[in-house]
Amino acid sequence: MDLLAILRIAMRALARNKMRSVLTMLGIIVGVGAVIAMLGVGQGARQTMQEQIQAMGSNLLFVGAGTVTRSGMHMGWGSTKSLTYTDMLAILRECPAAHAVAPGSSSSGQVVFGHDNWATRLNGTEPQYFDIRSWSFVEGSSFTQNDVEMSANVAVIGETVRKNLFGATDPVGQTIRINNLPFRVTGVLSPKGTSAAMGDDQDDIILVPLTTLQKKITGQPWLRWIMVSAVSRQGSYAAQQQITSLLRDRHRIREGDDADFFVRNLADMADVADEASRVMTLLLASIASVSLIVGGIGIMNIMLVSVTERTREIGLRMAIGATEGNVQQQFLIEAVVLSLMGGITGIIFGLGASYVITQALGWPVLISPLVIAIAVVFSMAVGVFFGFYPARKAAQMDPIEALRYE
Amino acid sequence: MATTSQPDANLTGTNYHETIILAEEIHKYYELGETRVHALRGASVEIARGEFVTIMGASGSGKSTFMNILGCLDKPSSGRYLLEGVEVSSLSKKELAAIRNRKIGFVFQGFNLLSRTTALENVELPTLYARISKAEGEKRSREALALVGLGDRITHFPSQLSGGQQQRVAIARALVNRPSILLADEPTGNLDSRTSVEIMDIFQKLNDEGLTIVLVTHEPDIAQFAKRSIQFRDGKIRRDERNQNRPLASEVIKNLPALED
Ligand SMILES: Nc1ncnc2c1ncn2[C@@H]1O[C@H](COP(=O)(O)OP(=O)(O)OP(=O)(O)O)[C@@H](O)[C@H]1O
Ligand SMILES: [Mg+2]
Repeated sequence: MDLLAILRIAMRALARNKMRSVLTMLGIIVGVGAVIAMLGVGQGARQTMQEQIQAMGSNLLFVGAGTVTRSGMHMGWGSTKSLTYTDMLAILRECPAAHAVAPGSSSSGQVVFGHDNWATRLNGTEPQYFDIRSWSFVEGSSFTQNDVEMSANVAVIGETVRKNLFGATDPVGQTIRINNLPFRVTGVLSPKGTSAAMGDDQDDIILVPLTTLQKKITGQPWLRWIMVSAVSRQGSYAAQQQITSLLRDRHRIREGDDADFFVRNLADMADVADEASRVMTLLLASIASVSLIVGGIGIMNIMLVSVTERTREIGLRMAIGATEGNVQQQFLIEAVVLSLMGGITGIIFGLGASYVITQALGWPVLISPLVIAIAVVFSMAVGVFFGFYPARKAAQMDPIEALRYE
Repeated sequence: MATTSQPDANLTGTNYHETIILAEEIHKYYELGETRVHALRGASVEIARGEFVTIMGASGSGKSTFMNILGCLDKPSSGRYLLEGVEVSSLSKKELAAIRNRKIGFVFQGFNLLSRTTALENVELPTLYARISKAEGEKRSREALALVGLGDRITHFPSQLSGGQQQRVAIARALVNRPSILLADEPTGNLDSRTSVEIMDIFQKLNDEGLTIVLVTHEPDIAQFAKRSIQFRDGKIRRDERNQNRPLASEVIKNLPALED
């Protein structure tokens, strides 16, 4: 009996109970749809994250104040009074793998322009920070080293701040009030978008000269972080080691004790971010597979009902020459058609959902044909697995008893 | 009434003496809880290739049970059944399926057509399990339907056909794989006498071409068209005789009044 004839019979049997077939497929639709949507969004997030980390500069290192425990949590982040400006100068002077450095201190601020006000992150740094992070300006430019020396009231704003305070007005040269102090805006940073790794808006930020922040806003001489660029990509691991041993020395931390600072290089961050998204994908995939199993059980249930309902038909087919194999094949294919149609519908819904989500976040849509092929194969496998028992049951009927079945 | 001049000798190209069906001391019991229904109590029959046999008997005398065993649908509780010299109980399920598909055509007492499936598709069913192409299967199905006089009803569903038309679809289905044996359990039960004679005409012609036919009927009028009549009573064969003066159905039709339309 050829496949086409069996397929025709299967389609007709399923079409006879349209509502039932659709409801049965629902489990598979949800399962496959969820897998596709999650993989799509997950891949998009990963890609974006990697791009963002690359964009920061692949040879970037981040030195933060505070302790990192073995489990990776950092303690006392920022409150630790451990990093100083002279630490930074020492890094530049004594670590051959360090190419450039920028100091940083953070606070938060209430910003007012005209009648609008906005709460945002407030960072103090020096002009080379923008070079190290390769962060360009869409309007105006950075404050200068001179501004840093003078502790001038000048500020660089991110895109989100511009949107919320200025609307259509050109911000450059305007005066805003940060924590009630007047600042002149010198430039607007190019938008970087939402960080895929952290989920925060990188453009919701104001940067002012370090000295201005320290003297006029926080009143603290400590640094919260130091941004370092290594001489090369390979050099970033050497730089990490050099900085670590230098600062341990300078901070007089004994062998075996936890340091009061941490050094991350971008390659590590990329790995951490990757790992996080992998764990997330795995978690979501396991939820999705539960839904696939539930869908499969639904198919099995309906196939059992169908076998019972069609006992007489099975008896007749056997009486006129269908073998056990023919009958088994027919019901197996019916189950596979059911799960495959559910799978394909699920793929379409999943693609749609991941498109909508990634569009909303401004990420690329990334679904490889391989993923779709796997989803197709997987949904077929569900049909075979859960259709096997009902098909077996049909095939083992006795023709004469099946024909007498009321 | 016209009769054939030589009742059993007009078979061309078939060996009359080759035994095709040999049933010996067939018993069939059904266990129903405490009680045991004894449907067949030692039925023995030998049928040669090219015969045309009718089985008559009271309701419940075991005719359908016997036909199911001859059709390899059911197994006897005891006794031997040889089909073309082969012990049926020694055959595998797959071999039995092939016999039911190609060697035997079976017309069920209750037709057993698939509802929501057209007449043509019902007739095509056995061809799906035979090794012939879809096109060939459809061609043969159309021919079989035309043979039973239903050429113009092929796209009708069983629910849109009369009882007699359904019966003819069932006959066409039994013939479509060109079996060598036709087993028909009351194929004319629902038909008026004229249509019944038409069906018997078809059977006589097929029989003349070499088809072995065993047919169950309640009507002596129908039984007379066969070459041999077997009488069942209480699960046993009570009488087995050759019909003398067998009428030709094609002649009888001419003498029947045409149906008023
Ligand atoms: N599956 C079964 N279980 C129990 N008893 C059965 C079964 N099939 C048939 N019988 C019994 O076997 C006997 C013979 O039945 P069978 O159907 O062969 O009769 P029949 O001669 O074909 O009658 P009819 O002319 O009414 O069709 C009956 O008494 C019937 O009740
Ligand atoms: Mg009967």
